Amino acid sequence: MELYRLSIEEARLALDSGEARPSEIVQSLFERIDSVEEKINSYVTLTKEAAFADALQAEAAIRSGRKNALTGIPLAIKDNICTEGIKTTCSSEMLAHFIAPYESTVTAKLKMQGYTLMGKTNLDEFAMGSSTENSAFGATNNPWDTTRVPGGSSGGAAAAVAADECIAALGSDTGGSIRQPAAFCGVVGLKPTYGRVSRYGLVAFASSFDQIGPITKTVRDSAILLNVIGGHDTADSTSAPVELPDFTSLLEKDIKGMKVGIPKEYFIEGVDKEVEQSVRKGIQTLESLGAIPVEISLPHTEYAVAAYYILATSEASSNLARYDGVRYGLRVQGDDLTDMYMRTREEGFGAEVKRRIILGTYALSSGYYDAYYRKAQQVRTLVKEDFERAFEQVDVIATPTAPTPAFKAGEKTEDPLQMYLTDIFTISVNLAGVPAISVPCGFTSDNLPIGLQIMGKHFDEASILRIAHAYEQATEWHKRKPAL
Amino acid sequence: MQYEAVIGLEIHAQLLTDTKIFCGCSTRFGSDPNTQICPVCTGMPGVLPVMNRKAVEYVVRTGLALHCDISSYSRFARKNYFYPDLPKGYQISQFELPLCEHGFVDITVEGNSKRVALTRIHLEEDAGKNIHEGGGHDSAVDLNRAGVPLMEIVTEPDIRSAAEAAAFMKKLRAIVRYIGVCDGNMEQGSLRCDANVSIRPSGQEAYGVKTEIKNMNSFRYVEKALDYEIKRQIRSLQDGERIIQETRLWNTEKGVTESMRSKEEAHDYRYFPDPDLMPIEFEKSLIDRIQSELVELPDEKHRRFVDEHGISDEDAGLLVAERETAEWFEVAVKAGGDPKNICNWIKGDFAKLLNDNNTQINESLVTPQMLVAMLSLVEKGTISGRIAKTVFEEMYRTGKTADEVVEEKGLVQISDASGIETIIDEILNNSTGEVARFREGETKLMGFFVGQVMKATKGKANPKIVNELLRKKLN
Ligand SMILES: [Zn+2]
Repeated sequence: MELYRLSIEEARLALDSGEARPSEIVQSLFERIDSVEEKINSYVTLTKEAAFADALQAEAAIRSGRKNALTGIPLAIKDNICTEGIKTTCSSEMLAHFIAPYESTVTAKLKMQGYTLMGKTNLDEFAMGSSTENSAFGATNNPWDTTRVPGGSSGGAAAAVAADECIAALGSDTGGSIRQPAAFCGVVGLKPTYGRVSRYGLVAFASSFDQIGPITKTVRDSAILLNVIGGHDTADSTSAPVELPDFTSLLEKDIKGMKVGIPKEYFIEGVDKEVEQSVRKGIQTLESLGAIPVEISLPHTEYAVAAYYILATSEASSNLARYDGVRYGLRVQGDDLTDMYMRTREEGFGAEVKRRIILGTYALSSGYYDAYYRKAQQVRTLVKEDFERAFEQVDVIATPTAPTPAFKAGEKTEDPLQMYLTDIFTISVNLAGVPAISVPCGFTSDNLPIGLQIMGKHFDEASILRIAHAYEQATEWHKRKPAL
Repeated sequence: MQYEAVIGLEIHAQLLTDTKIFCGCSTRFGSDPNTQICPVCTGMPGVLPVMNRKAVEYVVRTGLALHCDISSYSRFARKNYFYPDLPKGYQISQFELPLCEHGFVDITVEGNSKRVALTRIHLEEDAGKNIHEGGGHDSAVDLNRAGVPLMEIVTEPDIRSAAEAAAFMKKLRAIVRYIGVCDGNMEQGSLRCDANVSIRPSGQEAYGVKTEIKNMNSFRYVEKALDYEIKRQIRSLQDGERIIQETRLWNTEKGVTESMRSKEEAHDYRYFPDPDLMPIEFEKSLIDRIQSELVELPDEKHRRFVDEHGISDEDAGLLVAERETAEWFEVAVKAGGDPKNICNWIKGDFAKLLNDNNTQINESLVTPQMLVAMLSLVEKGTISGRIAKTVFEEMYRTGKTADEVVEEKGLVQISDASGIETIIDEILNNSTGEVARFREGETKLMGFFVGQVMKATKGKANPKIVNELLRKKLN
C-alpha cells in the first residue's frame, strides 16, 4: 500500500512497528503532491525542507523510544492558523508575505506531540466563503471532480486530505467551514464545541463563532487530533476550563439506545434528492445499529443564516480593522494617512472580504445597531434555546451537512446570497456553540460525496464521535478514493 | 445678563499595575520606544486578550473610595476607529455595563462645600503614541503605552466654575494616590482631564451648547483653560454669536482654547460587546474584601486631624492633600510631638526646603522622629526657637540628628544668667547714647539691645533671660 494513503492510526502502527520510517511517509506524500497538486491546488505553502528535517528528528525519537502521539505524523494546517517563522497568509494579498512572530496554541500542542508540518492549506480569504474560490492564490479544486469546488472555507485542507496530500489536517469552522468542505470532499470534519479548542493564533474572522477542528480520513483520527488540540488555554479567555476526556477510548462504546433527533427543518424543499436519500439511509443504518430516531423541531432554523451573517460580519468588520498597513502586512503608500489606509485596504482585501466588512460596519452603525446586531443576538439566543430543548429529548441530532453536493466552480461566485445558503445546515451549530461532525454517507450518481452531519450537546464530542465511528465501521463510504 | 457655567469632567487615570491590561508587557514609563511590546499589544493577527485582574480590582477599589455602586456583572466592548497608535483598529473599553456607577466626590472651594456626582467609572486600554520627529513627512509609532490599563471617570455636569473643576481634580488626584491606583502625574499624562463646558443664563434649566476642552495637563491649566473658555463663551453670546459644538485644545503658550479642526466631524464608534473577553462577574465577597482593605481616605483623615489633634480646618486640608504628608505628620504625632507644632513645621520651614529642592516629604533625610526630637530640644530650652531653624536646615541637608548638629556646631542655648549679664553689661556700657534715648522713652530700642546680645552670643542666649535682664537693667 502507498504510504500517502495512511490514516493517522495506520501511520502510527506502521511507524511503531518499524514497517515505515517517518521520512518514507513524508517522501511518499511529497511525491503524491508532485503528481496531483497541480490539479487540486490545496496548498498555499509547502514546507518540504522542514518536513524532512522533522522526519529525521521523529526517526531518532522513535528509535530511542521517546515517541509521542503524533511523532512522525505529517499534517497540513489551514493557512489562517499562525505558525512561527512560516508564512500565514489567510489566502489574502494583505498577508501574502506575513510571517507570524509566534506559534498558535494548537500547532504548539501538535509540536509537543511530535507532528510534522507538510504545509499551509488554501482557504477562502480570511475564511470568508464556502467554496475556496475567494483566494488570492487561486481556487482549490475538488479531488472528486476538479471542475467543482471543494467547499470552504477550509477547502484546501479538506481537498488535501481527500487527495492524500497529507495524513490529516486542521481547519477552522465559523459557519460550516470544516464540515461543509469535509462533506464535499468525502472526508471527516469535526467542529468542536465553542471553547473546547484554543483560538489563540487562529486569525480571527468572527470571534464568537470561530473554532479550530480536525479534517481527517477516519473518525478515529479526528478523536486522536481532538485529544491533542483540545483543552483549556489561559491565553484564550473564551476557552473553557472543562475536563478533556480521552476521546479515542470512548469510540467503541455501544450506540444502542442512543436517541438521534431528526429535525424536520433540515429536510425541506431545496435539498438535493440524492443528498436527502443518502442521509435518510444513513439514519436507517444508525437505527439498525440500535439507535432510536426521534422526530424533533428546531423552529428558529430559518432565521439562522440571516442572524449569522449579521453577527459574523459585525465581528469581522472589527477583527479586520487591524490590517491598516501600519505595523505589518501590505502597505500601499498614499498622499496622507487616510489615503494610505484606503489604498492598502482597497488592494489588500478581495471582494468578498470587503463585502462582509461593509455589511458588518453597517449592522453596527448607530441607528441600526438595535435593528440588526441586537436583534440578531436575540435570534442567536432563540437558536441556542432550540438546541437546549432538543437535547432534553435526544442525545444527538442527525442532518445533511449541506443541501447539495459540491457545485461547479464559478456557479455561485456572482450570487453571494446563493453562496451563503450553502451553509444553511451548518450555521445553527455555530450560533449555538455546540459540536458537530460530518462523515461520508454516500455518493451521488455523479460520484460526488455526500456528508451526514451529527450534532451534539455542549462539550459532548464523545457522543458524536462515538455514533459517527459506529456508522463508519458499518459502512464503506470512507474507503472510497477519488480517481486522480 | 448673569451667566452660569456648566462643566462635566472626563478623567483618564493610568492604573499602577506592573503589567498591561491584556498581556504581560511592562507598564514602566520612559523606556525606549517599542521595547515593551508583544504580539498581543501590537495587534498581531490571531492574538487574544487576557484580562489583568489587578486592573479590575483597582477600578473597584476606586469605585468604593468614590462611593459608587459596583456592578456584579460588567462587560468589555470594542470602540472602533482607525488611528496609527491604535494597533487593533479598536480600543477595548466598556460601554453598556461599566464596572462602577453613581458615585460622588465632595469638594470645598473658598469655604463652601459641594458634592460632585459621578456618572460612571470604567476600565479600558490606553493607545500608543504617534511620534513626529525631524519635521519630515513620516511619523513613527511607539506602542509601549498601548494596552496600559486606563480608568475613565465621568462626572455629572455638576461643576459650576473653573475653581471647582480644579478643586475636583486635586481631590480626585489625592484619592487615587491614597488608594494607590494611580500616581496622579498630570504632566506625564498618567492623569488626564477633558472637560465639557457650556454656559446658560443664571436660573435657566436647559443646558447651552457645549464644547469639549482637551490638553489641560496640570491643575493650573485646568483652571486657566476653563476660566478662559467660560469667558469666551459669555463674550460670544454677548456679541450675538452662537456657540458651536466642537472640540477645543488648550494652548498653553497663548493661554487660549483653540478650535481643533477635525476631518471627521462625528465619530460613530460602533461599540459592541468584545467577543474575545468573558463578562466580568463579581462575588460580593470579593467586593467586601476590597472594601475592607481600603485605606483611610483624605476626607476621613481631615476630620480626624481636626477632631483628635486640634488642627485647624485649613491646616488639616494642607496636611491631607498628599498621602505622604499626612502619613509623615501622623508618624511624628505618634512619636510624641505636639500636633500643631509639627503642622507648623511641615507647612513652614520644612515645606519651603522641600519645595526649593523639589523633594517629596517621604524622600527627605529628616524623619518624623528627628523633627520630634528637635522640637523637644526647643521645649527643654537646650536650643532656642531661632536656632532651631538653623538646626533643622542642617538636619535637612545632612540627615544628622538635632543632637548631633547642636553638638557639632556648639549651638546649646546660654541660659546661665550671670554669663548673659556680663555680656549685657558690656553692651550697655558701649551704647550709652542708645541707653539714654531708651530711658527718654524710645522703647522700641529694646529690639536693638536684644539684637546686640544675640549677635554677641551667636544667637545662643536664651531670649527669655535676655529680655528679663535687659528690662531690669534699663528700668
Ligand atoms: Zn504586550
